[in-house]
Amino acid sequence: MVVKNIVRELDLKVFNKNADLDLEVKGGFVGDLLSHVMGNSEEGQVWLTVQTHKNVLAIASLNDLSAIILIDKQIPDPSMLEAAEKEGIPVLGSDKTAFELGGKLFELLRIDS
Amino acid sequence: MSGITFSYKIDGGDFVNAGKASSEIKRTLKQLNVAQKTIKRVVVSLYEAEVNIVAHAHRGEINVLINAEEISITLKDEGPGIESVEQAMEVGYSTASPSVVSMGFGAGMGLPNMKKNSDYLNVESKVGVGTTVTIKVALVG
Repeated sequence: MVVKNIVRELDLKVFNKNADLDLEVKGGFVGDLLSHVMGNSEEGQVWLTVQTHKNVLAIASLNDLSAIILIDKQIPDPSMLEAAEKEGIPVLGSDKTAFELGGKLFELLRIDS
Repeated sequence: MSGITFSYKIDGGDFVNAGKASSEIKRTLKQLNVAQKTIKRVVVSLYEAEVNIVAHAHRGEINVLINAEEISITLKDEGPGIESVEQAMEVGYSTASPSVVSMGFGAGMGLPNMKKNSDYLNVESKVGVGTTVTIKVALVG
């Protein structure tokens, strides 16, 4: 499964123009405490968060995450969007909660495996 | 043997550039074919230490030495220092400002993350002067 598939299945908005939607999705991670995400997320995971600043991109890039999903109608701040355009890591968005999106993503990945 | 060295300067409060050193070191270790697991440990430790300087200190300097056996990182800052290093090492203990906390930092997990992901961690601090953190991670074995 790649990012493109989850964008379609979860009806997500894509915020950055050059987002690499062919990155492979291996799992998901939910968290808003950055050290928790930094220390525990793993390569290929999609990160669900309410954080909308540039450091989110730094962590996603350092940990080789496949995408960031901003939950609950959050939108990226300009510095985050700028960093996303540079890195190519998809910054996605949804009106839904982390609980709902995480549940659906878990199910999608389970069926896919 | 001699190794590769890197040096970076960091300004307190500069969250926009936090992670630059970590990103460059990650790229270098990849080029040196270091195992991905090891790279991740280095990156987690260095990123946390970088953010600590940005979040707490006035300014700092990072010096990195990479040789065949290990990576050794020294982060020396000018800043408020740490009153009790022992307390700072506890999970959940934090002195971060509300604005730093609102970004999702300052949860009291930084130093514990560094401890967990390094083979050697030393924190020396003088209140009102600054803090020097040394991190070492073995690159082989």
